[in-house]
Amino acid sequence: MALLRVTSPHGHGQQSTSQVMSQVLLATLPGVAALTWFFGPGTLINIIFGGLMALAMEYVALAIRGRDPRPYLKDYSVLVTSTLLCIALPPYSSWWLLTVGMFSAVILGKHLFGGLGYNPFNPAMVGYVVLLISFPLQMSTWAAPVGWSGAPGLGEALTALLQPATYDAITLATPLDVLKHNQGLLLDDLYRESASFGQWAGLGWEWVNLGFLLGGGWLLYRRVFTWHAPLAMLATLGLAAAVGFDDGSSQSGGSPLFHWLSGASMFGAFFIITDPVSSATSLRGKLIFGALAGLLVYLIRVAGNYPDAIAFAVLIMNFAAPLIDQYTQPQTYGHGDRGEKS
Amino acid sequence: MIEVHTIKGGIHPPEEKALSNPGHVIDCPMPPKLILPLNQHIGAAAEPIVAVGQYVLGGECLATATGLVSANVHAPTSGVIASIDDHPVPHASGLSNCCIELIPDGEDKWLALNGTDDFRQATPADLVTAIRCAGISGMGGAGFPTAVKLMASDRTPIDTLIINGTECEPYITADDTLMQVNPAGIIEGAEILAFIVGAERILFAVEDNKPEAAAALTQAVVDTASSVAREVVTFPTKYPSGGEKQLIEILTGQQVPSGKLPADLGIVCQNTGTAVAVRDAVVAGRPLTHRIVTLTGRALNKPANYRVPLGTPIEFLLSIAGYQAEQSSRLVHGGPMMGFAIDDPRIPVVKTTNCVLAPTEQEFPSAPSAQACIRCGHCAEACPASLLPQQLYWYARARDQEQLERHNLFDCIECGACAWVCPSHIPLVQYYRAAKGFIQDSREEKIRSERSQARFEARQARVEREAQAREAKRAARKAAAQAKTTQDTEEDPIQAAVARAKARKSEQEVTE
Repeated sequence: MALLRVTSPHGHGQQSTSQVMSQVLLATLPGVAALTWFFGPGTLINIIFGGLMALAMEYVALAIRGRDPRPYLKDYSVLVTSTLLCIALPPYSSWWLLTVGMFSAVILGKHLFGGLGYNPFNPAMVGYVVLLISFPLQMSTWAAPVGWSGAPGLGEALTALLQPATYDAITLATPLDVLKHNQGLLLDDLYRESASFGQWAGLGWEWVNLGFLLGGGWLLYRRVFTWHAPLAMLATLGLAAAVGFDDGSSQSGGSPLFHWLSGASMFGAFFIITDPVSSATSLRGKLIFGALAGLLVYLIRVAGNYPDAIAFAVLIMNFAAPLIDQYTQPQTYGHGDRGEKS
Repeated sequence: MIEVHTIKGGIHPPEEKALSNPGHVIDCPMPPKLILPLNQHIGAAAEPIVAVGQYVLGGECLATATGLVSANVHAPTSGVIASIDDHPVPHASGLSNCCIELIPDGEDKWLALNGTDDFRQATPADLVTAIRCAGISGMGGAGFPTAVKLMASDRTPIDTLIINGTECEPYITADDTLMQVNPAGIIEGAEILAFIVGAERILFAVEDNKPEAAAALTQAVVDTASSVAREVVTFPTKYPSGGEKQLIEILTGQQVPSGKLPADLGIVCQNTGTAVAVRDAVVAGRPLTHRIVTLTGRALNKPANYRVPLGTPIEFLLSIAGYQAEQSSRLVHGGPMMGFAIDDPRIPVVKTTNCVLAPTEQEFPSAPSAQACIRCGHCAEACPASLLPQQLYWYARARDQEQLERHNLFDCIECGACAWVCPSHIPLVQYYRAAKGFIQDSREEKIRSERSQARFEARQARVEREAQAREAKRAARKAAAQAKTTQDTEEDPIQAAVARAKARKSEQEVTE
């Protein structure tokens, strides 16, 4: 009889990489639904168009690298990258913006470094930052959160994608922008006067963030990642905001709640800094990684020139991850002081 | 009641224990031949003391231990020695080793066995000798000679004896069964072990998925009197709680320091099967010739626990258990987590064979090809030694010895929890075994090169020393000759010339 000559362990758990990736994709649904509800179908179009492009690029890149692309495409990792980038991009982005973004994420961010698992930087954020630096105008123009009924229809959305020159967008400054350019208004007055604000933070944005919080909570429950990095990031972001709140004065940096529910806070905390490949790997390392990312997000939001800060904060922390790993090795069994004879 | 501690990491693979119907033992019929490897334990192989063609009785010693870390081999029944030759043995690398082949005569005639009625009348040293003579080595997995382990207590005082009935590997129910059918034997064996090492308490450790076993042991403890404190401790089921180091942490909260032994904490750990073997050796004078083996897996029609003579070929066992070869793609010696694949079913049951697993392809599908590590960290969460398997994996691939040692590769117990959870199906344990191998190689290489360096330096020093000695001799001779010349000139110039020539000649010989 022909017997397998394999080494232990002989069993295996149920998990697979494609399962992890598809759970992450699934968990974006509430956030994407909120984005679609408030801003119209733009984000959905981004995701579909960007996803197809990313798959094509992944296929070509793998073929050029001499790998059989099929098993790699089935791990869904490139779809996670493209979906996360497309969520971060303004809705109704043009085809060329998506193309440049996908190329930067999939080819520059991922395959130039050796493909899945070898990328030192979060590929989606590489794509985002390349676009933000190259095309600041397009990247900071967000659609107004007018709600599904007032938002552009599918036809208009396709126009924006394919013939961006002829598309006339209704835009509105994001709450983070409004706060940054606050000219001497008390926070309460600013909330009342600006159309950008909603109940707790930005109009629409607060629900988008709650949507991503919900999805992230589900991923936590599914044990796709641990609580360490997201919680540490939200904690330092909240703490920094509390310090800079200044009781809602005209100099205020915004309340903790405002920061938690604005921009890409929840999206970043649960979907970006939890990218395992490019973040610190031990639990203590993840705490440090998340905490510093949260601090950077606040500093860049309040003192920097860019509207949101998640991408830069994450890329900077990606640089720091190997160093954090080097100093946060957990104590191995038998190396502590619990070996004293009692 | 002692407080139970939790260990880091661990996993909960499907237990599959009910499959082999724990608590019931079937006596295995005598196979047509027994293959008894001379090395069934950690340490040196035993030396055969019987000749081919010789008739032996059950219980007769066939091979004696060589050196301290070694164990005797006994005949499980009466019969004739057919050969002493190389034969495939249970080993992860599928190698062959010297085995004694015994053809049973079917009579099962035994030597007269002499036990001790009251072990307390004997000295611990005598009892250790009895255990040593009975050829007992650890029956839980590693197979370290029990007598040697007990002698470790000579160095440090022992206060706690742990009887390990955890059996955390899925599928295996040999210890569970033993605890249910022979709790009194385990208790008596434990008393003997505690007496030998001078332990003040005995802890019987059982995972909470074996309530019948724990109840049987508890009842047996209640039914017997003892001079030491005894307790049956149950704790939540989690793999690998039964690892010696993990179990010690669960029961005491202490960790065995890296590179040290449980004895350094005043603890000795023995498997339940070993305890019974000790009891049989001391009380009945019976050497270790049989053991309980779990035959399980869905490629068997009759999975069960069998009492098997050591040396029984595994193919014979499989035929008894109704093996469906066409359904099975692999055979495993031991459990699914740490057992090794059998590549030749002719290998015999040895002292460490607690399980033979015959899974179907559906039970253990062949591993899909490994994907890239995404550093998800699930392995680090599962690791009971608090290592970072994902980092070790990188460093093992890069053969980065310094980082591997910095990340405590050698504290890996190869339990397989990391590979079990890995979503990318990376055979992590294989990488660690290979890495340990090449580090050991390079350490040995270093020792070898240091040794040859020392040898070279010693030779250099010796050559130099000899040259100096020659030089000194020459100088002395020259001085002597000169002195003689001045003395002799007046007396006899011819004789002086002859002496000079002689001196030159001998000088040449020396230099040559």
